[in-house]
Amino acid sequence: MLAESLFFSAVLFAIGVVGVLTRRNAIIIFMCVELMLNAVNLTFVAFAQTYGVAGQVFVFFVMTVAAAEAAVGLAIIIALFRHRQTVNLQNINVLKG
Amino acid sequence: MPHGDLSPFYAFHFYLFGIIAVASAVLFVTRKSPVSAALWLVNTMFSLAALYVLLDAQFIGAIQVLVYAGAIMVVFLFVIMLLNLGDPSELSDARGLAWKLVAGGVGAAILAMIFAIVRTKVPETLRLPPGYAARQIATYGAIEPVAGPLFREYLLAFEITSVLLLAAIVGAVALARRRDADAG
Amino acid sequence: MMLQEVSAVATHPLANTAASWLWAIPVLPLLGFVINGVLSLVAAYHAGPSDPGAAHGSDEQGSAHSADAASSHQPDQVHAHAVVRHRYAAITSIVGPLVLVMSFGLAVAAFFAMRGAGTMEAPFIQNYFRWIPVGDLSIDAAFQLDQLSMVMTLVVTGVGMLIHVFSVGYMRDDPGYPRYFAYLNLFVFFMLVLVLGASYPLMFIGWEGVGLCSYLLIGFWFSEKANADAGKKAFIVNRIGDFGFLIAMFMMFSSLGVLDFVGVNAAVGKLPLGGLAVTAICLFLFLGCAGKSAQIPLYVWLPDAMAGPTPVSALIHAATMVTAGVYLVARSSALFSLAPVAGLTVVIVGALTAIVAATIGLKQWDIKKVLAYSTVSQLGYMFIGVGSGAYAAGVFHLVTHAFFKALLFLGSGSVIYAMHAAYHHTGNHEDAQDMRNMGGLKANLPVTFGLMWIATLAISGIPPFAGFFSKDEILGSVFARAHESTLASATWFGIPGSWILYLSYAFGLAAAFMTAIYMTRMMLYTFHGPNRTGEREREHLHEAPWVMTGPLVVLGVLSAVGGWLNLPSLLSALGPVGAMEHWLEPVVGHATLAVTGGHAAEMAHATEWTLIGGAVAIAVAGIVFAWARLKPASLVPARDAVPSKGFARVLENKYYVDEAYDAAIVRPTVGVSRLLLWRGVDSGLIDGLLVNGTAALARLMGWLGSQLQSGQVGTYAWVLVVGVLAVLGAFTLR
Repeated sequence: MLAESLFFSAVLFAIGVVGVLTRRNAIIIFMCVELMLNAVNLTFVAFAQTYGVAGQVFVFFVMTVAAAEAAVGLAIIIALFRHRQTVNLQNINVLKG
Repeated sequence: MPHGDLSPFYAFHFYLFGIIAVASAVLFVTRKSPVSAALWLVNTMFSLAALYVLLDAQFIGAIQVLVYAGAIMVVFLFVIMLLNLGDPSELSDARGLAWKLVAGGVGAAILAMIFAIVRTKVPETLRLPPGYAARQIATYGAIEPVAGPLFREYLLAFEITSVLLLAAIVGAVALARRRDADAG
Repeated sequence: MMLQEVSAVATHPLANTAASWLWAIPVLPLLGFVINGVLSLVAAYHAGPSDPGAAHGSDEQGSAHSADAASSHQPDQVHAHAVVRHRYAAITSIVGPLVLVMSFGLAVAAFFAMRGAGTMEAPFIQNYFRWIPVGDLSIDAAFQLDQLSMVMTLVVTGVGMLIHVFSVGYMRDDPGYPRYFAYLNLFVFFMLVLVLGASYPLMFIGWEGVGLCSYLLIGFWFSEKANADAGKKAFIVNRIGDFGFLIAMFMMFSSLGVLDFVGVNAAVGKLPLGGLAVTAICLFLFLGCAGKSAQIPLYVWLPDAMAGPTPVSALIHAATMVTAGVYLVARSSALFSLAPVAGLTVVIVGALTAIVAATIGLKQWDIKKVLAYSTVSQLGYMFIGVGSGAYAAGVFHLVTHAFFKALLFLGSGSVIYAMHAAYHHTGNHEDAQDMRNMGGLKANLPVTFGLMWIATLAISGIPPFAGFFSKDEILGSVFARAHESTLASATWFGIPGSWILYLSYAFGLAAAFMTAIYMTRMMLYTFHGPNRTGEREREHLHEAPWVMTGPLVVLGVLSAVGGWLNLPSLLSALGPVGAMEHWLEPVVGHATLAVTGGHAAEMAHATEWTLIGGAVAIAVAGIVFAWARLKPASLVPARDAVPSKGFARVLENKYYVDEAYDAAIVRPTVGVSRLLLWRGVDSGLIDGLLVNGTAALARLMGWLGSQLQSGQVGTYAWVLVVGVLAVLGAFTLR
């Protein structure tokens, strides 16, 4: 089952990448990132089956960090929305050099 | 759950949930409405939870549902609704066709590379005997094989993670609260 | 008559004598330079900038480039009529000449020490410090005192001393008085380093230094552009020669491995006669001499150098600096005796220079220009002497020439001083140096008149004055060597050496004839005949003060009796024979014999008497010819002069050599510099491509970078993904 899991994981990851590059809505992009994280989680779990429980422990941590990240990220987006009334990333270019 | 080598029942369900996950992901990426997209992502996560269970990671599957699908995605949906992004007048557009094609190409490239990389061989000595994970669960239950190492070898990481969560909470509150000077 | 060998200082006979003060001889003038320089700077600091040409205007009133012959009317000079002496003139008047007197005193003491030491085979070398220890090369800063450098030192300090005293009078009203003496002292210092240096590099330091001082002194009144240009010209033309000297030194090091005189003389024995290396070295050395000693083709700076004060012309361009080339050849006698082709080159160039310069001198109107071309011509004689292997004869002529040429220049300085004073009184702005404005001055300047006639007779080669003996020695030596010597046996571009030598002898005679003519012409136009200066000026023309005529007298005596320094064997009845030749034997004797095939050059007495008689007859004929043909009464003042026509005009314009150089060398060089080097390389390549291009490149890089900083998160995501692809690609394609 390892190879098949890895296959699915890779596909999900690639879909996540495409989503990040294609969408302009900040929240959608964020969710694509979450998708990528999930794909990686799948990889870890698949390996855990063959190579020991460390993989599952790692998934545990990934999830925790993802939760924390989601909280902070969404807070940022809310603050951003308050300033700019939009989350369309094309209009948010204050960092323009 | 204990299973024989690729019993048809097992394999069928494995592929079923795998395909559902991928299909949901594709749908998620292509939806215009953020709410629909979020819900499709929830679906993906459920499928992944099922896959975890099939891979002898029942505990992980459980917390996937509890934390990811149940907490994180809910927060996403709250924010979408808070910002009124589901409103038809706020529908987001993806970028143009050219972007999509190039992005597709990039994705394909990444895919290809991952496949190539996955060919690397891991030394055989690291392999556990087949069915080891299933036997562990049968002996100790689903949680203990994960919790044991968590509180022994990986205790430091555990503690740091808890600090991280604290920082995240404080940060999120600080960022999102209204300041009186802001017009809002 | 062995080659010079080094002996340790401790056991040298001169070690504990007055000669141990050798280092002080150049250091005293250097001290004078420092003191006078400080005085000049301090005064300038207090007084602010001033026009250096205020008192004199210039000795050359704007006619340094006399492309037009009759340049009589000059634009108005600023004649400051205030005749205020410099603040520190009194101190300088003492310090300047005094250091020279002390230097000369030490030189004389050293000379007597040398006399007392008997025949000194090895030179006395005082080593001061290791100067250039590099790899295989080790050059020390050392002074070498042997018979040749003793002669040169005496000439430099002796004649220099007289000229310093003269300058006290001549330059008394000049606003740059201490600066003048500072430069003059510095010049003497460098000249002494040149003649006392124990190795070619140290000599080269002196060589360059005198070139520098020549530039400083020629352009002394630099507020006149012509003077500054003359200074530049001298320095640049000299530099071409210096290049030759440097190449020669490099080749010397590469083939011999040593650069000090003692070492070179020892090592040169290993080289074959007439070999390519030694010939090349000698030819390049001669290039240096051609620059410094104003031979063809690098003589063009010397006439222009007359823009400087007259005592400078006397010291630098008559007695000392221009003789450095002759000294170099004499010093390198061991090398030149092994290179007959080089020797023949030196002889023929010297002879050509002698005759060409003499022809130009026939038609010059400026009194200093006549003397300048005379100097070039006489230097040609010296090179005929040293080139043909008669090193002692060449040096002898160097010494006598120093006497009478310095006398001639200082005498002309007296005349010019008188003319300037006269013009000053009447506010006249005409050329004080043009002979057409002079005439009949024997009544006004009797002492100068008499002394200058002595000098004229000396230079023309009339016995018993000094020039007769030295010129005759040279011509006789060339004639003897034309008969039998290594030079005669060699060929020069296919021409047999003996023909070259005979031809040079003929040129020498012709030049002697012309020398007599133009010198007599000079005397006639200046001192004889009616006075053309003008009625109002006439009463102000008088003799210079004794501070100026005193040195003239001393030089006059030396010009009269200087011949006794080296009497020919034919006239043994008159005194000791060949004193200077014997004196110089330890230094150049071996090389002299090498050229003449191992034995002294002999001529039958009858032949010798014929040659002497012929030379004297020619000289007398020249004087008589000039006296008879030239009528000073028919001259008009410069302002009324009609331009000459025909060949006379060519001579007056010095064969248009300067114009030819300008067209052939200067303009193309300037053109290439301006178009190719400046616009092309400097502005275009270096500034444009390299400097501005680098800036443009940096700007481009910056622009590219700024494109990445679009502020768009999407762009950043792209960059991130591209990076991931790259990293993965590295793994995949490993």
